[in-house]
Amino acid sequence: MTGFNANLGISIIMTAILYGTPLVFAGIGELLTERSGVLNLGVEGMLLIGAVMAFLVSQRMPGPGWLVLLAAVLVAMAASAVMASIHAFVTITLRANQIVSGLSLTIFAGVIGLSSYIAEDNRIGGKAGKHQFADLNVFGLKNLPVIGPILFHQSAMIYLSWLVVIGAVVYLYRTRTGLYLRSVGESPQAADAMGINVTRYRYAHTLLGGALAGAGGAVFTLQIATNWIDGLTAGAGWIAIALVIFSLWRPELLILGAYMFGAFTSVGFDLQARGITSIPSEFWSSLPYLMTVLALVLVSVGSVRRRLGTPAALGIPYMREES
Amino acid sequence: MIRFKARENVPRWLNYVVPLASVAVAIVVAGIVLAATSHNPFATYKNIVQASLTQPGAFSQTLVTMTPLMFTGLAAAVAFRMRLWNIGGEGQLYMGAVGASGAGLYFHSLPAPLLILVMMAAGVAAGTLWASIPGALRAFFNTNEILTTLMLNYVAANFMYYLIFDSNSYWRDLTSPSARVFPQGKSLPADASWPALQLGSVTIPFGLIIAIGLAVLLWGMIRATRYGFEMRVLADSPAVGKYAGIRTRRKILSLMAISGGIAGFAGASQVGDFSHTLDPRGLEQAGYGYIGIVVAALARYNPVAVVVTSFFIGMLVNAGFALQGPGFPIGLTGTMEGILLFCVLGAEIFTRYRLVFRRQQAISRTPVSPPSPAPAAVGPAAPPGEVS
Repeated sequence: MTGFNANLGISIIMTAILYGTPLVFAGIGELLTERSGVLNLGVEGMLLIGAVMAFLVSQRMPGPGWLVLLAAVLVAMAASAVMASIHAFVTITLRANQIVSGLSLTIFAGVIGLSSYIAEDNRIGGKAGKHQFADLNVFGLKNLPVIGPILFHQSAMIYLSWLVVIGAVVYLYRTRTGLYLRSVGESPQAADAMGINVTRYRYAHTLLGGALAGAGGAVFTLQIATNWIDGLTAGAGWIAIALVIFSLWRPELLILGAYMFGAFTSVGFDLQARGITSIPSEFWSSLPYLMTVLALVLVSVGSVRRRLGTPAALGIPYMREES
Repeated sequence: MIRFKARENVPRWLNYVVPLASVAVAIVVAGIVLAATSHNPFATYKNIVQASLTQPGAFSQTLVTMTPLMFTGLAAAVAFRMRLWNIGGEGQLYMGAVGASGAGLYFHSLPAPLLILVMMAAGVAAGTLWASIPGALRAFFNTNEILTTLMLNYVAANFMYYLIFDSNSYWRDLTSPSARVFPQGKSLPADASWPALQLGSVTIPFGLIIAIGLAVLLWGMIRATRYGFEMRVLADSPAVGKYAGIRTRRKILSLMAISGGIAGFAGASQVGDFSHTLDPRGLEQAGYGYIGIVVAALARYNPVAVVVTSFFIGMLVNAGFALQGPGFPIGLTGTMEGILLFCVLGAEIFTRYRLVFRRQQAISRTPVSPPSPAPAAVGPAAPPGEVS
């Protein structure tokens, strides 16, 4: 009996990590973008573009598996960065409203947009994937009890996501560029006066956010699902944006939140796979969204309020005043 | 060196020329995307016009498609105009459809006009209630309404699917054996079908007439009522609104309720005007709530302009339904909507600023411009000056 429970526990943690990984990539990306003062609501669209491009490359490219997967992830990152560059141009250079531009990006790239266009034009919908990220057996330690599977038996993308989180923490709090980035998000006027190129920082981090969302999208089609369905991200991009808020713009908290939401996404599958079907599947499908609302309310009610962590210049276009 | 220089006053014609020019640019850009993916742009555009205007019955079909879009466009426009980002029109529409179909089934014995009124009321009430959840969270806890309204869309979709596909609910047809295998909603009684206006060969849905009336009403509300004025003050400067004694909380609640009610009406109209049953799949695939955001943004949140933009987006969406296939991928509709949005949104800057080309060396501005006459003299507002 205890064996069964331990297995169930580990399998829930493993699926939580798997389903949380796209959220980690997209969430860290959005976090860095927002730290520069740009709000990009196009994450859902960028995830889908990343997912479809990764799947397209993995279907079409010949060669050894590792090379195909590497190319697929890189193409996904580049494609989503291109999507982010539209948002960057419209909001940073043309100073359009960031909320509306982000929504436009999600409509442009999203479920009935470019991602589905690309899939249909290349007839990749419904085809079984040819290459998938497999779990690695790091140092041959996967059979250690409990920590073996969790720490040493994951895919390359999951290890990469951990590196991204560590990298983001170091970058934000331990490097000069990270410090400048934070100052651009807090007070672009002061940063500008110090000689920091506000426009360049904002462009760079919006594109970086896009590239990371692209990597998150690749996880969907190269590991979680094994084929392409229009809109397969099902709102993960929006949950990633919410995660940035309730992690208070801190990468080390974001990864915990991402795994928690990975668990909310996957717990229904876990239970139904074990024959526990007394609760309708629609409830489990709704759970991550309901929990997102709840978490947002808790963050906004709590003593933390919104000020704590929110970059002060978030969402505000920067214009240098010249007399 | 290219710079943006703030305009001191905006010529009236610019407000028309800039959006029209940006639509033209969007058509060219979308054409390039089509050509780049080996579709013939001219043939595609010709097909769109045929499928949505010139073919027999096509115009009526475009009116059918624009009806929900006008409602969801208005729902988004009133909220967005006041900087309340209700992107939950999709879910509010679903709930409106659930409410209206439930009322239509339950009150089936009422006379037709009364039954239709009850359906409308139920649709509006359901949409209002659903929108009031994020409305209240925003008003009382300052919870980000962009994310909560969106999250509730998914919850509403799941709820609607549950009613038809996963339970023996009141909405589900359980009479025939085939309906048990292929779940579908109960059909509403004939009296619950909303009347349509027939003008020659053109059929005008009842919902469309109401939507146009509503657009004018909302336009008047924003421009000419105290409520609309207070809303605009709050939108432009929350701090000023607060000091002027405007009750912010009440305004947020009521505006979300209005916006949700309009989206709920879209759901009621879907049931009463067209489907006559609760059809989760059809509603979800159409995605009218999300497209309403496009309609509203292209109209710059002006309710009367929504009438125009919903027609054009209705054409595009309708053509998308009609032409679906290898020559016209489903994703093309959203792609073109996105391109339109970016072009119109990006071009807005040209109404507020003008492009100035000049050499870099202009930094040495030795001859200081002649002292301007007393600053208090004229000008609607001090121009923000030159920005880079």
